[in-house]
Amino acid sequence: MSNPVYMNSMLRVLTAMGHKEPDRVPLFLLLTMHGAKELGLTLKEYYSRAENVVEGQLRLYRKYGHDCLFGFFHAPVEIQAWGGEVVYYDQGAPNSGEPFIKKPGDITALEPPVIAESAHLREVLKTINLLYEESAGEVPVLGVAISPFSVPVMQMGFEQYLELMQFEPGLFEKLMQVNIDFCADWANAQLEAGATAITYFDPVSSPTIVPRELFLSKGFPVAVKTINRIKGPVATHLASGRALSIIDDLVKTKTGAIGVSAEEDLVELKKACRGRLTVIGNLNGLEMINWNRNQAELAVREAIDKAASGGGFILSDNHGEIPYQVSDEVLGAISNAVNKYGSYSKKEGT
Amino acid sequence: MDIIAEHFKEALLSSDEAAARGLMNESKQQYTSLQFVEKVLTRVLDQIGDGWEKGEYALSQVYMSGKICERLIESLPGEQRFARKDKPKMAIALLNDYHALGKRIVLSHLRSGGYIVTDYDRVDEKELVERACEDQVELLLVSVLMLSSALSLKEVIQQIRYQCPAVKVAVGGAPFRLDNGLWQGLGADFAGFSAADALRIASSFNGGKK
Repeated sequence: MSNPVYMNSMLRVLTAMGHKEPDRVPLFLLLTMHGAKELGLTLKEYYSRAENVVEGQLRLYRKYGHDCLFGFFHAPVEIQAWGGEVVYYDQGAPNSGEPFIKKPGDITALEPPVIAESAHLREVLKTINLLYEESAGEVPVLGVAISPFSVPVMQMGFEQYLELMQFEPGLFEKLMQVNIDFCADWANAQLEAGATAITYFDPVSSPTIVPRELFLSKGFPVAVKTINRIKGPVATHLASGRALSIIDDLVKTKTGAIGVSAEEDLVELKKACRGRLTVIGNLNGLEMINWNRNQAELAVREAIDKAASGGGFILSDNHGEIPYQVSDEVLGAISNAVNKYGSYSKKEGT
Repeated sequence: MDIIAEHFKEALLSSDEAAARGLMNESKQQYTSLQFVEKVLTRVLDQIGDGWEKGEYALSQVYMSGKICERLIESLPGEQRFARKDKPKMAIALLNDYHALGKRIVLSHLRSGGYIVTDYDRVDEKELVERACEDQVELLLVSVLMLSSALSLKEVIQQIRYQCPAVKVAVGGAPFRLDNGLWQGLGADFAGFSAADALRIASSFNGGKK
């Protein structure tokens, strides 16, 4: 049933996640870097102070009228807490540097970092807390935790991790236990700071990266254990990875939503998730760089036509982070198109 | 596909190196080692690489298959190994990023296909241009993970065109898979969307544009 009454962002998102139709399709512009542009700062400067990220997020929220505040800095902020290195780029998301687990044997002595002892994590918590206060409960504040099953790509490198996963079961289990403890603590600290929900980034669980059998024996039990310990709503994001063949499994992890890939069809995804998982996606963030206003409008309209019916859909990008190079014009066109085509009261047959 | 190839593919997809090795040994009644590599191993690797691009297989399976095949070939006595192919003269590099999985997969596939490839490992833009020009490589394969690294290839390719225009550049990595037109915008000569593409680019290389 359509709902023509204006909703604030929080109510809009909660209604959609309750698999009902809000006033219009919610829009998450997951902008982690554009705030730096707004403030005229380099990315490294921008991430150095919570106040910068808060101001950036608030300006972007006002500018585009979308439906979340994103407390996420960048993925390797967690690696910094483990003592690892972050490499900054002028016009791109920071990445983790040299893996700090040099050989599998290093795992035996690994202990999870204490959240309060990491200056970098404290800055993220401060950001979330300030955003929570600014939002006055009217806008969801999203936190992020990298899945214990996926973070080893940054901890030890992809190749070493794939071999560990398959051939070193004892060390793999030890690494997962340490990572689960950290991930749950980190997610809960963000919830306590004011995050409305946690985005559980878990690209390695995607069938793009490991076959379903390996996911079921490794990533799935880790997700179940971790999400069970997170004291708030969780949305799983596979960061551009495919999801369709593991939707039923993801439902069993008790996640509430799934960030989906541009490589899969929204009609099929929505059909598989309907009433069970909210679909978040799947505008192609990389193609966005070269879109003009018309292409942006067309992509938004197509996604809404395919997935908005019945609620359970949040329009967003496919990766969980919009590239730095995407122009303000395109972001504005996306936002305008959601207002133009996303109203449930104007849609027929909803 | 014959029964040996089917079983060999299953063994690779299950990361079962012992089974893959057993099949290679069993096939000696049917194939010479060279024939096995050409008719079974390389073709199966191609199928797995293509299957990943279509969403049928996972990246971990592509990676493990390449590693296993590389080890199988290395274990053959010298006289039974695939004839080494030194044409085109190739080098491969990971640009800026620390995460070398994609490069490693391509390298395994090319080596399993008999190609000699110089591995520059992780390099920055300046070093990449210098080494490719100095070595006078014919085909430079560049792997990237991060979008910022992919975009920095534009300048790399311009420098190569200026300093050593005979070098052709093939690019690959996640940004190119998610934006199929990106490689052309950067001025690359070829793009690989799977490890199988790297083998195809190498085998059909004629020094010119695709």
